[in-house]
Amino acid sequence: MISFSSTFKLSFRALRVNKMRSALTMLGIIIGVGAVIAMLAVGTGASSQITEQISKMGSNMIMIVPGTTTAGGVRMGAGTQSTLTMDDAAAIQKECSAVSAVAPVHNGAAQVVSGHLNWSTGITGTTPGMLEVRDWPLSAGRPFTDQDVRSATKVCLLGQTVVDNLFGSADPLGQIIRIKKIPFTVIGVLGPKGQSPNGQDQDDTIYVPVTTAQKKLFGTTMPGMVRVIMVKAKSAADLAVAERQINDLLKQRHHIGPRQDNDFTVRNLTQMMQAAEQSSKVMTMLLGAIASVSLLVGGIGIMNIMLVSVTERTREIGIRMAIGAKTWDIRYQFIIEALTLSMIGGTAGIAIGLGGSKVLSMLAGWPTVVSVPSILLSFGFSGLIGIFFGYYPAYKASLLDPIDALRYE
Amino acid sequence: MAIIEASNLSMTYRLGDIDLHALSNLTLTIEKGEFVAVMGPSGSGKSTFMNILGCLDRPTGGTYVLDGQEVGDISRDDLAGIRNKKIGFVFQGFNLLPRTSALENVELPMLYAGLSQAERTKKAMAALKSVGLEGREHHHPNQLSGGQQQRVAIARALVNDAPIILADEPTGNLDTKTSNEIMELLVKLNNDENITVILVTHENDIAAYSRRVIRFVDGALVSDTRQEQRR
Repeated sequence: MISFSSTFKLSFRALRVNKMRSALTMLGIIIGVGAVIAMLAVGTGASSQITEQISKMGSNMIMIVPGTTTAGGVRMGAGTQSTLTMDDAAAIQKECSAVSAVAPVHNGAAQVVSGHLNWSTGITGTTPGMLEVRDWPLSAGRPFTDQDVRSATKVCLLGQTVVDNLFGSADPLGQIIRIKKIPFTVIGVLGPKGQSPNGQDQDDTIYVPVTTAQKKLFGTTMPGMVRVIMVKAKSAADLAVAERQINDLLKQRHHIGPRQDNDFTVRNLTQMMQAAEQSSKVMTMLLGAIASVSLLVGGIGIMNIMLVSVTERTREIGIRMAIGAKTWDIRYQFIIEALTLSMIGGTAGIAIGLGGSKVLSMLAGWPTVVSVPSILLSFGFSGLIGIFFGYYPAYKASLLDPIDALRYE
Repeated sequence: MAIIEASNLSMTYRLGDIDLHALSNLTLTIEKGEFVAVMGPSGSGKSTFMNILGCLDRPTGGTYVLDGQEVGDISRDDLAGIRNKKIGFVFQGFNLLPRTSALENVELPMLYAGLSQAERTKKAMAALKSVGLEGREHHHPNQLSGGQQQRVAIARALVNDAPIILADEPTGNLDTKTSNEIMELLVKLNNDENITVILVTHENDIAAYSRRVIRFVDGALVSDTRQEQRR
């Protein structure tokens, strides 16, 4: 049996003889591998963006909103009834074991004034637990306390966008701002969080104690009413448990019978995000699959050229056989030749894929992440394609009759 | 000692409904070190005979013993192995690999014999030197004259120490002067190395270099004569 390095040298020489043809054949594989890598990079980039957004939004988050009202047979939308209270929030905190933090929210929009600047933004009345629920650290100052909530003090935490619009580069800590003409002391600044998954600026907000929002800013239809309760489950695995515990607890607290509709809705935000993440993974696979088709087409190109090459070199094959080449010597030679074509093409394709991903993220602004497995996968795949599509021409060559092959003109 | 023993060799091709007898009932023995010329008109069966002798084809009938080994029904790959070790081919059209140096052409049989690169180069250089091509090792076939190309082919036939050289009209593409040089080289190898040479030719001048002439007509051996070798 002829050695691997000798076979490799043979195939390299054969490919050098027809440089243009070899290069064009490789182009199919180069484009295929490049496309697979670039497409997977786009898909992976999209998924990782979503993952990043999940972590920005706060992980393992559950949102409870009030349920619907039915007025004379007309069902209103979710949240039209005010059924959630501060006591519900306190009960969830106390009784649901899978819950790590609870934050009741009473919110609204208001015009905010600081000196000669003003700004319209969302005001979120909440409890200190909110910062834990949203995984939201302060970049300056201190958070408000349970004491602030109990005594409804007029203190506030500003989102970065609000700071930028009301104070520019000045230090907002200790300053007084007016929300609906009521003076509030700025005691802290929320760290920048960026866009939410649906494109809202999460930094365009002001946090105040929930009681302050209820009593001084937005009022309530009944005492202690809140618009939303935000909950953080202890872990991703606890999400479903927490959801069930909250459902059971609120049903009991709101006296809802087995055949009655809930007057609240529990939304698992993380689950929604995970669904989005899942769908982006499916998209990644789809993109990869489409790109692999071009790799397959490249493989067919290799097969085509190898068949031409076998026919052209029939006489050479005859000479080799007459001199003592065995079936597998010939087969091996042509398989290695196809493999060399596809592997060189694969290597160049990796470079093209890396470059293409860079260009895509620069021109289209898509986040692209080139993963090492995607490189290994497409390179391995191109090798397999070389062997697969090289096998038939090699098989054909190895079965030639030496006498006929020698006579071939 | 007989190096080639053929008994009742026959070769029948089926062409539709007709059986074509390319060779029928050939019995022949060739001793080691003989120099045999095979003559006969086109279609007389001499090519078929040479293909069988060269283990490129298997007879449909009879037995063929090459160097003590029956090669009637052994596998394709074993035949390739025998060709590699026992037989050196010299063709009319030289059949060198194009775009490949003389040295690498000569190395080829050793490649399939599994010799190391160092050994291959060493033996190929020696073989090229023995056919008088020293200094032209790195020329490609298209940079060599017809006679030089045939010398490369002879070096390739020799290099695996094959006991037999089968030459199919080795001088068919060469002018008279070069033809004589090639024949003298074959005679020298026959005398000095005791290599058995069997060659097909149409020309009496070339056949004159042999010591035995066999003639074919219509697939049958019609004459087998011994003669004084031209020197």
